[in-house]
Amino acid sequence: MQIRVTVNGTTYERDVEPRKLLIHFLRDDLDLTGSHIGCDTGNCGACSVIVDGVLLKSCMLLAVQADGANVETVEGLAADEELTPLQRSFNEHHALQCGYCTPGMLMSATALLRENPSPSEAEIEKALQGNICRCTGYWNIVEAVKAVTR
Amino acid sequence: MRAAGAVDVAGHASETTLAPEKVEVQKGWGGQSVPRREDKRLLRGEGVFVDDVKRHGMGYLHFVRSPYAHAHITRVDVSAAEALEGVYGTLTGEEVAALTEPFFQISSAPGSQLKDYALAVGKVRYVGEPVVAVVAETRELARDASELVEVEYDPLPAVVDARRALEPDAPVLHEEAGGNLMWQGLYSWGDLDAAFAEADRVIEIPELHFHRFNSTPLECDGALVEYNRGVGQWTIHCNNQFPGFAAIMMGPAMRVGLDKLRFVTQDIGGGFGNKITSHPQLVVCCLLARKLNRPIQWTEWRTDFHLSMSHCNERWFRDTQVAVKEDGTLLGFRTKTLDDAGAWLRYEPLGGVIWAQVTPGMYRWRHIEVEFTQVVTNKAPASPNRGYSRMQHLWFTERVIDIVAHELGLDPVEVRKRNYIRADEMPYETPNGCVYDSGDYARMLDLALELVDYGSIPQRRAEARARGKLLGVGIGSTLDSGTNNFGQSRLINPDLQFSGNNEVATVKLDIFGEIVVTLGTTPQGQGHETTAAQVVADILHCPLEDVHVRAGHDSYWNSHAGFSGTYASQFAVTGLGAVKGATEMLAAEIKKLAAAVFQCPEEALELADGGVRIKDNPDAFLPFMACGAIVNANNAGLPEDLDVSLNCRYVYRPPFQLPDLERKYGNLTLTYAVQIHVAVIEIDPDTGYYEIVDYAAVDECGKRINPQIIEGQVMGATAQAIGAAMWEAYEYDEDGNLLTPNFYDYHVPHALDMPPLHTAAIECPSPFTPLGTKGMGEGGGAGIHAICAALQDATGVVVTDSHNPYQRVWRLLQEGAR
Repeated sequence: MQIRVTVNGTTYERDVEPRKLLIHFLRDDLDLTGSHIGCDTGNCGACSVIVDGVLLKSCMLLAVQADGANVETVEGLAADEELTPLQRSFNEHHALQCGYCTPGMLMSATALLRENPSPSEAEIEKALQGNICRCTGYWNIVEAVKAVTR
Repeated sequence: MRAAGAVDVAGHASETTLAPEKVEVQKGWGGQSVPRREDKRLLRGEGVFVDDVKRHGMGYLHFVRSPYAHAHITRVDVSAAEALEGVYGTLTGEEVAALTEPFFQISSAPGSQLKDYALAVGKVRYVGEPVVAVVAETRELARDASELVEVEYDPLPAVVDARRALEPDAPVLHEEAGGNLMWQGLYSWGDLDAAFAEADRVIEIPELHFHRFNSTPLECDGALVEYNRGVGQWTIHCNNQFPGFAAIMMGPAMRVGLDKLRFVTQDIGGGFGNKITSHPQLVVCCLLARKLNRPIQWTEWRTDFHLSMSHCNERWFRDTQVAVKEDGTLLGFRTKTLDDAGAWLRYEPLGGVIWAQVTPGMYRWRHIEVEFTQVVTNKAPASPNRGYSRMQHLWFTERVIDIVAHELGLDPVEVRKRNYIRADEMPYETPNGCVYDSGDYARMLDLALELVDYGSIPQRRAEARARGKLLGVGIGSTLDSGTNNFGQSRLINPDLQFSGNNEVATVKLDIFGEIVVTLGTTPQGQGHETTAAQVVADILHCPLEDVHVRAGHDSYWNSHAGFSGTYASQFAVTGLGAVKGATEMLAAEIKKLAAAVFQCPEEALELADGGVRIKDNPDAFLPFMACGAIVNANNAGLPEDLDVSLNCRYVYRPPFQLPDLERKYGNLTLTYAVQIHVAVIEIDPDTGYYEIVDYAAVDECGKRINPQIIEGQVMGATAQAIGAAMWEAYEYDEDGNLLTPNFYDYHVPHALDMPPLHTAAIECPSPFTPLGTKGMGEGGGAGIHAICAALQDATGVVVTDSHNPYQRVWRLLQEGAR
């Protein structure tokens, strides 16, 4: 099927199999390999992206469902700068180790902070609940997000 | 949830409730919490993980897996799959048996008799075992085609419980081994009879069980394998964390020399030991890359990982007897250990000796006997997992301490303090000849107790009871032994020719003054690029940003040796030892060069400000850029005998001897990092539901090069231990079906599950390592020990299992009520 998807401001037209997942479309067809795959079941959140302003797990969506949509991925976060304040905070707080979950974490945190620039610690934890990290134990991730709240 | 208070020099976590330790003021980069240099690419989505590597014309590999725990394969037909358009080809067990030798077995008899191939040959032995590999144009097509592969099975009865495996009528997995017993060894040190004669009490513990789980790195295994037909060489882009081990398994199996196997890694999405034994799958990729003459892409699915990769060693401790004095002084113990290796010995039976690195745990008892038996069962193969084999044994020793305290009516804190090896006894030789290098366990326990405000526990217990909750406190004191002496493998099989350990680094100064560091290691988040740069910058007296550490591992760099990799808590010793050695060689060469240029003695020179200068005449200064340019590109006229390359390779080799095989005696690891954790829990007695309401983790790992990275390792290991204690288990039904094959059924902790955490650290520099550091990162399962102890404290019932989900706690409470 022919689809037209805008990702990080660039519009792509591609012919995709109807059953192709959005995450595979991003990674395999568009070479946007920043979003990752950590499970088969929608639990891990490593593939989290923002679709038309809504945080979604891109393994839970078919590419054809994103036809006409505006998708934001980790590659688009710091388009005009080296790192966003959130990304810098992750670095300063040692909120990543292997870095595999990090793109998904950043997208979840970005979506949270857009909706609620002053979340409580409990709200941060709840917002990151859909993202699994096996390296950090989450403490430093929560601290990193907390540090950029207003 | 709050991480509060590291007692450390950097003081980056400012919410400490403790007075800072006296730590010597650090000069230079070592000891500073430098933010990690690898982060930028990872934060921008620009890391290169294995599934990010692509090649023109690559084929996607999918494994057809066994639906049975135990069955004969009676027919395999790949013709329908191969006929599907877009399918490039297949590989069957029969082909593998013709093209390869069985993998080398570490075990002595009977385990040595196993015929282990990269795909199942003739028989399957666990659900999820790879039977056929299919390669196609797309991921989806490869899965479609796998459905068309016809495999007929003749099912056999399965043995799932290790305790059944040695019964005479138990199904036998490997007929060639004559039964399910793989390896057995009796370890006995001291004088058990005298210890039990001296004892006031003998505490009997019929059975303890350490359960099956693993660290489930978020990135599963994978590879992109290319075959260069002209030179007969494979390039294996992968996320294997111990390429040295994979190479010695794969080369002989594939009948090629190791020069034909080039391993390349960059970013690895977590390893935790689970990515050591991917060699069978890598062999399949190699055979198909050659057979189909195209690059092969394999990315393991999460379910496949859970079904087949690297479960930790499930272990039973039976008929344990502990000799104690009435005052709680521990004299010795004997136990029978039954270890469940799963269906194959992929790294096993090394677990049968690795535990002996920490034989007495943290304690001074001198009389110890362990009869170690390892069996196979129809479950996924066991392989290393964070805390490999020591964690099981340390859980056992911690359980013993708390059970002794329970039986004697003593305070677990007092029993620990009475029996801990003391700071003034360090270095301490254990009953089996291991040398604990340094530590102050009692001091660490005090710190941990202070962090949870131990004095207030009776009051908090009463408050909890008033709210209808049961409060419990538990201690997990544990060791993280690092830098293996591979000579210990000979206690498993005297014919093996492994001993010692090594790691390699090269440091060079290039034309424009670039300081380029290559490592043999395969980091998976441990921050090697940062800590290595800190060590180099301190030795060369240059800015940190002038040091460039290459990301990952590549056999072509020639900066690796037989034991290269990232596993078993050793980078701070072996990796940084190699970095220090190579950098010191480079520093000496720079001085030698400058002495020739300035016509002065080398002793008159010093390194400073990114160059070399004459101490008494700072104007005579040669920047590194000039040094690099002279040697690499402008060397006419240099003295003929000037032996300077500015490209220095150093192999760090720890000072090890072979162990005494008769007495099973010798130093098995170089360093012993320490973790002491305290957990405070509250149980709802009506349901068994419990929460950790307070938690402290105190770390000691010698000199810390980057305290923030070390604290990150402590946190990660803590979270994994909490997960294992409360939620994570690979449970099988009696037919051998895995009941937790994905993240729906296998719950790993998420952000809301994490308790409030307080951390602290002390430093007891290792006298045996180049930088006073100790390897760390595995954590020794301290959280599992602490939670078990807290549950026992809260319920008043002896806890006998390492895994305590709410329903098991509810059952404990029912038992206590009887």
